[in-house]
Amino acid sequence: MSATASPPKTEQVALLVTCLSDLFRPQIAHAAVELIEKFGYWVDVPRQTCCGQPAFNAGEKDKTRILAENMISLFESYRYVIAPSGSCAATIKVHYPELFSEGSPEHEQCMKLGEKTHELSGFLVDVAKAALEKKSLPDARSMRIAYHDSCSGLRELGIRSQPRKLLGDRLGVDISEMSNSEVCCGFGGLFCVKYPEISTRMVDNKIVGIEKAEADVLLGGDLGCLMNIAGRLRRLGSETRVYHYAELLTDSDPGPAIGYQK
Amino acid sequence: MQVTSRYFRTTAREALLDEDLRAAMGRAEGGFIDTRKMAVEELENFEEYREFARKTKNHVLAHLDYYLTQFESNVLASGGQVHWAGNGEEVNRIVLDICRRPDIRKITKGKSMVSEESALNAGLEAAGFEVVETDLGEYIIQLARETPSHIIAPAVHKTRQAVTDLFDEHHREAGYSRVVERLDIVNQARQVLRDHFCTADVGITGANFLIADTGSIALITNEGNGDLTANLPNIHVVVTSIEKVIPDMLALGGFLRLLGRSATGQIMSVYTTLFNGPRRIDDLDGPEEFHVVLVDSGRSEILGTQFRDILRCIKCGACMNHCPVYTSVGGHAYGWVYPGPMGSVLTPLMVGQKKAPDLPYACTLNGRCKTVCPVMIPLPDLLREHRNNLVEMGQTGVVQRWGMWLWSIVARKPVLYSMMTSLYVLKLNLLARMVPAFQRGSFKYIPMMGAWTSSRDFPVPQASTFQSQWKKRALHD
Ligand code: SF4
Repeated sequence: MSATASPPKTEQVALLVTCLSDLFRPQIAHAAVELIEKFGYWVDVPRQTCCGQPAFNAGEKDKTRILAENMISLFESYRYVIAPSGSCAATIKVHYPELFSEGSPEHEQCMKLGEKTHELSGFLVDVAKAALEKKSLPDARSMRIAYHDSCSGLRELGIRSQPRKLLGDRLGVDISEMSNSEVCCGFGGLFCVKYPEISTRMVDNKIVGIEKAEADVLLGGDLGCLMNIAGRLRRLGSETRVYHYAELLTDSDPGPAIGYQK
Repeated sequence: MQVTSRYFRTTAREALLDEDLRAAMGRAEGGFIDTRKMAVEELENFEEYREFARKTKNHVLAHLDYYLTQFESNVLASGGQVHWAGNGEEVNRIVLDICRRPDIRKITKGKSMVSEESALNAGLEAAGFEVVETDLGEYIIQLARETPSHIIAPAVHKTRQAVTDLFDEHHREAGYSRVVERLDIVNQARQVLRDHFCTADVGITGANFLIADTGSIALITNEGNGDLTANLPNIHVVVTSIEKVIPDMLALGGFLRLLGRSATGQIMSVYTTLFNGPRRIDDLDGPEEFHVVLVDSGRSEILGTQFRDILRCIKCGACMNHCPVYTSVGGHAYGWVYPGPMGSVLTPLMVGQKKAPDLPYACTLNGRCKTVCPVMIPLPDLLREHRNNLVEMGQTGVVQRWGMWLWSIVARKPVLYSMMTSLYVLKLNLLARMVPAFQRGSFKYIPMMGAWTSSRDFPVPQASTFQSQWKKRALHD
């Protein structure tokens, strides 16, 4: 990736790493880069911080506005902005425009940024029209995979079929659907530490669905939810492993699941 | 009704330990959701009806004075009386004034959440009247001396066993035997209530819709108790709130298609009755007096705020049935008349934000309520709006205030941010290396993060932050 070969920014894809992936599971961001590059896009990762989602949901509009302006100036010149997280993409796409009064230049900028911001699977399927080649995972056929639809991606961005399509193409297996795949897992950002008992009950309800689906692997598209579910599964001594869906789509072996080490 | 919303944390925690509640809520949740889904799918253009309802309500709210005046004059024209109540105290005073006559002793009552706001039953009882709730759920919680935990299924938190015991305790003296089966329970309630219907002097009901251009009250029930409450006594008092007015019968048709489906998954509730004034000269039955108490209690104030959308609510209960917080902690934890998502929006507005500081935060903003609300109220956005207000008023906790302040400083400075995050990852990795048990990839405990680690493991971060790894990759290339 030498500087001479790089196309102008207006043709590059910027990766919105997302705080949680940056800090706790870089492998997800690496997987996102690999998948986007696979379809011929040039990926750049501008030095970034946080999209402001926690502040926005806490009611800290002023602080979010500052972070939003920061993000706009970082990302607005790229062709696309892709996040391996539905909730971070939705913060930009759906909520940034709410921070500024309609008709203001900032509002206009937010709308423009929103248009080119996508959740990873939404981008790959709907924009890049990606058809992934089937890869041979040794035990994919016998593995039962369940999918948790994280709330923001599902309800704010309409992400539901896209990751399923990618997984179907790539692994050649159908998802073992949970009856409660669309019910919140109890993460909710600060909610899970503000009301830990309620949050725990909610994740326990989610786990009932995982158990009923007899899943060996649980996938999802938002690391916050996945850390919550994986953390509870592990505490309860469950054998079910949790990954971000992108980790299973790459060429390499996904390695240990969330909360596990070699 | 007494406001206990400020104890949300404690009551919610206690509720989570209540196995009976868990069983009762678990059963109800599944039933409500599945039946609603079927009923909604049955109506091809359900979404168009939602849009119609949203627009109609918005229109009425924008011209509320006009429609209320029209409604009032049509009620008067049909021989009824209209009373305007600014707050709960006035509601109770007006109803007491109607009831205070020498020959009035017993009052039957259909379900009315508005009357719960001012604890009308307690007010009437204190004045010496016998008040009997006639909706089965309301009757059960009246016997149990509790308050409703759901706006359409007030006793949803009760198990059948609990009802059996309650009935036994209260009906035994009158010669009734212990009933266990669902049908027997319903039949016994029917017998007991029948006596009350026939001997009541006043009947109080709520209303689902007020039809402006005819002055009619639309009352929708499944048990028919509302009709017996309204028709048998000499006086019918309707206690209802101002935002329930709709323009005409055409609009009613639209709302009826939404209400039954959203509330109980019925295409149509069993009884839909329109009441128009008192008995006319050639009517065979009906009350001699017909009173409508129109309650404001802060609603007209909400009208002028960014929370106006909540006044579209038709009290169907779908938002709470689909709320994973509500179905976990039950309705009582919310501490006032209205629980669940709509309650968390409405309660702080009606009783004051200081009395309900937790409600706007006790939500993951998962948005499921918004997708099922028949009048398309953006409930999560309104809850966030409450949070914005709390922040502006400086009403958030110290931890949040300072935490957010620090976070926003760091997040504004990319260099500082990458230093801090790298340091944090390093620290966690060191911690993991120090404690052998953590080397398997998960922390069982992290200082200052007990709220997470008390019930969940926390993953040990992978080596270093993505951004520092990316920087290395860029240098290599
Ligand atoms: S807010 Fe919407 S879903 Fe909830 S009770 Fe009101 S009308 Fe029904």
